[in-house]
Amino acid sequence: MRPFAYERATDVRSAVAACVAGTADGAGAVYLGGGTNLVDLMRLGVVSPGVLVDITRLPFDEIEETAGGGLLIGAGVRNSDLAAHPLVRRRYPMLAQSVVAGASGQIRNMATVGGNLLQRTRCSYFQDVSKPCNKRVPGSGCPARKGDHRNLAVIGQSEACVATHPSDMAVPLAALGAVVHIAGPGGSRQVPMPGFHRLPGDAPERDTVLEPGDLVTAVEVPPLPFATRSRYRKVRDRASFAFAVVSVAAALDLEDGMVRDCRIALGGVAHIPWRAERAESALRGSPATEAAFAQAAAEELAGTTPLPHNAFKVPLARNVVVRTLLDLVEAP
Amino acid sequence: MTTVAAPSAGTALDRVDGPEKVTGRARYAYENVPADLAYAVVVQATVSRGEVRAVDADSVLQLPGMIATIWHENAPRLAPVEDAELTVLQSPRVAYRGQVVAVVVAETLESATEAARLLRVDYRPEPHDVELRPDHPGMYRPDHVNPNYATDSELGDPDTALAFASVVVDATYTTPAQHHNPIEPHATVALWDADGLTLYDATQSTSGVRATIAPLFALPPESVRVISPYVGGGFGGKGAPHAQVVLAALAAKQVGRPVKLAATRRQMFAVTGYRTPTVQRVRLGADEDGKLSAIVHEAFEQTATIKEFAEQTTVVTRMMYAAPHRRTSHRLVRLDVPVPTWMRAPGETPGMFALESAMDELAVACGIDPVELRVRNEPTIDPERGLPFSSRNLVACLRGGAERFGWAGRDPEPGVRRRGRQLIGTGVASSTYPVYRMPSQASARAEPGGGFTVRIAAADIGTGARTVLTQIAADALRVPPAQVRMEVGDSALPRASVAGGSSGTASWGTAVLRACEGLMDALHRRAGDVPPGGLEASADTAEELRSQRPLSRHAYGAQFAEVGVDLDTGEVRVLRLLGAFAAGRIINPKTARSQLIGGMTMGLSMALLEESVMDLEFGDYLNRDLAQYHVAACADVRDVDAFWIEEEDPDLNPMGSKGIGEIGIVGTAAAIANAVYHATGIRVRDLPIRLDRLIGGGI
Amino acid sequence: MNGEGNSGPVFADPITADILLSVNGDERPITVDTRETLLDTLREHLDLIGAKKGCDHGQCGACTVLVDGRRVKSCLTLTVTVDDREITTVEGLAVDGALHPMQAAFVERDAFQCGYCTPGQLCSAVAMVREVADGWPSAVTADVSGPAALDDDEIRERMSGNLCRCGAYVNIVAAIKQVGS
Repeated sequence: MRPFAYERATDVRSAVAACVAGTADGAGAVYLGGGTNLVDLMRLGVVSPGVLVDITRLPFDEIEETAGGGLLIGAGVRNSDLAAHPLVRRRYPMLAQSVVAGASGQIRNMATVGGNLLQRTRCSYFQDVSKPCNKRVPGSGCPARKGDHRNLAVIGQSEACVATHPSDMAVPLAALGAVVHIAGPGGSRQVPMPGFHRLPGDAPERDTVLEPGDLVTAVEVPPLPFATRSRYRKVRDRASFAFAVVSVAAALDLEDGMVRDCRIALGGVAHIPWRAERAESALRGSPATEAAFAQAAAEELAGTTPLPHNAFKVPLARNVVVRTLLDLVEAP
Repeated sequence: MTTVAAPSAGTALDRVDGPEKVTGRARYAYENVPADLAYAVVVQATVSRGEVRAVDADSVLQLPGMIATIWHENAPRLAPVEDAELTVLQSPRVAYRGQVVAVVVAETLESATEAARLLRVDYRPEPHDVELRPDHPGMYRPDHVNPNYATDSELGDPDTALAFASVVVDATYTTPAQHHNPIEPHATVALWDADGLTLYDATQSTSGVRATIAPLFALPPESVRVISPYVGGGFGGKGAPHAQVVLAALAAKQVGRPVKLAATRRQMFAVTGYRTPTVQRVRLGADEDGKLSAIVHEAFEQTATIKEFAEQTTVVTRMMYAAPHRRTSHRLVRLDVPVPTWMRAPGETPGMFALESAMDELAVACGIDPVELRVRNEPTIDPERGLPFSSRNLVACLRGGAERFGWAGRDPEPGVRRRGRQLIGTGVASSTYPVYRMPSQASARAEPGGGFTVRIAAADIGTGARTVLTQIAADALRVPPAQVRMEVGDSALPRASVAGGSSGTASWGTAVLRACEGLMDALHRRAGDVPPGGLEASADTAEELRSQRPLSRHAYGAQFAEVGVDLDTGEVRVLRLLGAFAAGRIINPKTARSQLIGGMTMGLSMALLEESVMDLEFGDYLNRDLAQYHVAACADVRDVDAFWIEEEDPDLNPMGSKGIGEIGIVGTAAAIANAVYHATGIRVRDLPIRLDRLIGGGI
Repeated sequence: MNGEGNSGPVFADPITADILLSVNGDERPITVDTRETLLDTLREHLDLIGAKKGCDHGQCGACTVLVDGRRVKSCLTLTVTVDDREITTVEGLAVDGALHPMQAAFVERDAFQCGYCTPGQLCSAVAMVREVADGWPSAVTADVSGPAALDDDEIRERMSGNLCRCGAYVNIVAAIKQVGS
């Protein structure tokens, strides 16, 4: 690991200023939250900043109710506190479920909400600095297409990159249309999900729309009363402490056996948490039946372009979407 | 001293080193801190074959705190030995990606790690060949297979028998490369002084490391001392020394200071051994009643270009079931891959996955209950060696296990049992493991102040050896275990065999027992009087072992699995796993049960999760960490239990014990695969049984 | 993530900080390299060898310690970030020389073999029992809005961040259940 300067920020302005100054220095500066992904990547040599700006003492660790009945979640809230919060558990069960489905108890105690959104892909080639990777070294190539890609993307990928986004939490947040609050050198702005994350295109080195110096300060979850009927289902090889092979976050608004509204997002299938908008529109106004769910899933997944070793994710995603929606219908 | 104590053997004594382990006081290899210590970190080849042209050693030496960069041009010369895995940094050749090409030494771990990252190494790469295929033109017949078995065997006329058999199973099974992944990485602290070389090493054999390392540095064995009181798991990976031991000693020699060196978890996927992948074809011929007429088991495996390790994958088939016509073989190919080695029950583990899966396929083909099928093919003598069994209680394990598991009345129809969204199935497989015993020495000493000290260079890698040897000694000395102080894990102690081959208790126990008996005789001659300097006796079992009569000696077991397979996702969860074992006399039921269920847990992990994926383009194992190479986590392991049947076998050793460290993993994967077939109707012949094999198979 | 550069090797001097580290109730003044993890500080500089290095990437749990009472991975914690926190390692679990009930239960239930993952399992278990008592949900809690029980399924799920390669899980669960109930 390259030597780095450590600065502990006490307020947002000084944090951003320190990061900008560090970057301008040529050394490269990054914000340090829980560190569960950043320290890992620094040890791998994937990221080698010259300055770490510790943002864990910023006043970002609160969860507040918003006027309309939504929640404003500080970017520094630890994953375990988010999952344990009574309002999160009651209003957005799929969000609490997604968080506890991720990582391990120890990591959830460290990892922050902001950092969770900014996790880098777990693609083996990205993590191995002795091999090419367009995300790590733009233009160096993508060995995953011909090599190992069992866990990689089946939708929205590009020639340059077939990586997946590893977050569980981001999946329900995408389904909920959460809004990411950002403070940057030029002021503050808000970016709704799923637009916060980027598809790889020909610039896979950029995971999100963040610009240098930008700091995620909060995630605002809009009110969605029917999200009380929501669920996160994660499919994984190991029974726990494993990244998703495929996951689904879904919320269902039912009336007389019909789908009045719904929210669906998929994890483990794309470079971003994948909002299943086609499936959602197909379902709105349709009967809440297995056939309708299967049809909606098929419409969403018609756009997949799997590789030889991950084609199984397409029927898997279809099955999990259908089953999760059926479970929601059957839920009390 | 003629105190009479109730025998300790047979009782569930708590681990004698338990308090050290739960308080964090137990000191493992890397945790030793001689004065003036420096940190060494290795640099691995980033080509899979070729030569190191240059190492820019000087640039990183500018880094603050740097002490040395060592590579083949400036490394101390090692004496030539046969084992090319150990003659590190002696030549520019790169035999596999990840081989060590340099070591950097610095004042701090952080500086050494950074220097290793920055060190520029220039290579002349060559094309590599890393793919194991049974039709590889380089397949050859090794002289023998590990440790010293005949490569091939043939009895009768298996081809004709297969041609005329009423029922034939002909199937190919594959097992992937697997890495041991003990939670303690391989680590060594090396220290040179006037007496020679001291190594604090994570090893399964202090005596073995000493014997191997001394000649490399042209030292007499007595000038090398290897200390290893606590070892954080081995599973065969720490059975023989690997590169890191030599590198630590060599670096310490070069810099003239004590050096500590540990392989990182990622490095362990290249430099500390693994289980070879296998391709196995099994052919069984039987009559309609399931009675075998022919068994043919052929294995194809890989080894490295620099060292041959030929796993004995089909040897187990030579003694498992009766059949007049039989053949087994092993073929090996040298690839540009890391060096494979022993991993928990080498041979039996992959071999029994194939054989016991095939037996299940035969049971299905014949319409016979798989427990019954095995009973019908029980041999009366060892089928290929022609020797009587010292004891063989496979049938008792199958019957006893079936009863306890609730096997009776099992509907053989696959794919018809549902519980919620899960398909449910059950499966069975046999287990077995040979009884090995190796020569060892021990000493026993009556202390003048009371109590006894028993010494042997055995290794307790978590097996409970320290505890069980204490019990054996206590009984021989007729005192409670608390009066015995057991010293192990130091090559300065009487020489002992490796903690391998499930031979520890048999080998070391015999030596400890004989030493204690000798001491009791000496005490008796002195009417119990302990002189002021204490009284000591020692033993060497070499002679005793030579006089052992030839018999077929094996432990046996039967494993029963119940699985649930998610209809929507193909996720397999093992709901129940029960092992029934016959392994001679059990000396400590508490640690024995832990060993058995520990092996079964590793078998479960192998069945469902473990696979080291070869990167064909770059030539290394790709998934080099514990987030990608999955081993079973707590949530994967639900209802796992083991029991044993009473077995008296006077032809083993004075304790009457058989080894239990490995048999637990043998057969587990087949029992689970067979249960998955019963649940889904899908026969998975390629491990691990991941959900894509079932989604793709059309559940 | 910004700050990622590919400008070739940079030969920079280590940067250090003088901090006061509170470990097991003791204040320990220490100079740390900013790159140093809490795990390496404990093991290499304070001779607190209980926390173990198994993977150094947060993937095995052997390094688990408590920071302000919460279980964390010390291999992913930079020491310089925890100067104002209270750190407890396995060495700090026993009180007045008597084993913590969790330690005693691990011995009694034979909840370990090689012992290398054990300190991490113990720290994790002690904190986990508290998490359940505090009503935190887990991935196997049927109703995420309700309380959780300390049953076998919950223990197994919540302890899955601590790998045990010897396969002592069954006994670990039994030991924790014994202490927790």
